[in-house]
Amino acid sequence: MTPRARQTLMLVAGAGLLAFFVWGAVGLPDFGHYRGPYGLVINHVAGSERQVTNAVASLVFDYRGYDTLGEELILFVSVVGVATLLRETRGEELPAGRDDATEVPDTSDALRVFGVVVVGVTLLIGLYIVAHGNLTPGGGFQGGVILGSAVLLVYLTGELVMVRWVEPGTLLEILHSAGAAGLVLLGLGGLIAGGAFFHNFLYTGTEGGINSGGIIELGNATVGLEVMGATILMASELLEQLLVVRRGSPA
Amino acid sequence: MSVYPYIVAGWIMVVGFFGIARSRNLVHLILCVSVVQSATYVLLLAIGFRDHATAPIFQGVAPTARAVDPVVQSLTLTDVVVEATVVALLLALAVDAVKRFGTLDPQDLRALKG
Amino acid sequence: MNVLLGIVLTLLAIAAPAVVMVDDPLRQSMVLGFYGLLLASAFFILQAPDVALSMIVVSSVLIPALVLLALGRIRHLESRDDE
Repeated sequence: MTPRARQTLMLVAGAGLLAFFVWGAVGLPDFGHYRGPYGLVINHVAGSERQVTNAVASLVFDYRGYDTLGEELILFVSVVGVATLLRETRGEELPAGRDDATEVPDTSDALRVFGVVVVGVTLLIGLYIVAHGNLTPGGGFQGGVILGSAVLLVYLTGELVMVRWVEPGTLLEILHSAGAAGLVLLGLGGLIAGGAFFHNFLYTGTEGGINSGGIIELGNATVGLEVMGATILMASELLEQLLVVRRGSPA
Repeated sequence: MSVYPYIVAGWIMVVGFFGIARSRNLVHLILCVSVVQSATYVLLLAIGFRDHATAPIFQGVAPTARAVDPVVQSLTLTDVVVEATVVALLLALAVDAVKRFGTLDPQDLRALKG
Repeated sequence: MNVLLGIVLTLLAIAAPAVVMVDDPLRQSMVLGFYGLLLASAFFILQAPDVALSMIVVSSVLIPALVLLALGRIRHLESRDDE
């Protein structure tokens, strides 16, 4: 089939899909008149039952923790997939004759000073967002990506010789897997404590306090660990052979 | 105004599909997939919206205040981060395709066998 | 607030074809970053701060970084094949 015929067929099919979609969307409740009872109930009881003020966090880790487990395992499996696909080429991609230091430009001092300041601030902001996920908007997913990007900033603004430790060594893989296993263990903890899977078995504290929510707080921490490990692993697998080892660099 | 957000979500999805169909570069195709995914986020959040309501965060606000639906927000929130990881997996597949077939054009990938 | 939401949704409907019509993947990742920022402001107006936070971080940091790294690796592979 020629590309022109394929494009015409795509236009016709796309118009048909849009027509069916509009027909279905007209039957939805009007925009702004949400009807369902589940969301309204959660808004009313999340504060009093679990002492958290962020209703979305209580849904993600407590009431609908099973869905989060599925999503986190998707994340885990795709990172394993990236590592499997790209790792087999590591042996054959050694750049021959590419280690003359004149090829790589010096990182300027202004950039390195900027990096020192920004990496510290980003790490702090990431930790804050992970820790306060059960009170204010935030949580493990957002904070984990911020923490991972703080580590990647070290690569961007630092000397290339300092980046050797970003290679996916055993420690990084242990960190990432521990985060993924942590959420499963939290769910099993609820099962062992005599309730259902993901039953909230820890003390929930006072409303609005930093230690409220029971397993919600621990869930934020493990997911933050896992997403941070995932971000660094994915980026370093793609980075692997772009690193050029400098010969005789100043210590 | 009562169905406009749903129509916009449908339009974005169809535009993304059109981009996938006429793409000549695997990385361009992957970014069009992420446009299709963003259409689903708009649709989900538009379904849960309530007029003159606030965010479902009750720090300093009584729990009986009028707030939007938190269930669709919890679905969308995890989905956004997981989408980025799936994009990384697709990019790794594209790198592998270059290594094996030497081309990034999806319309040439059928012809090269072995 | 309805007017603001209408404006942002119209901008989204215009920006999505713009993302799709850019052919060079390097430029497209930058346009996608801007589109993600527009999406995050739409989510903010729809009273979803959690989702807006994760959308900003993902589309401004993670996706352009991954695309740039993958493009660098592809260019390295293609230059190696040409030798």
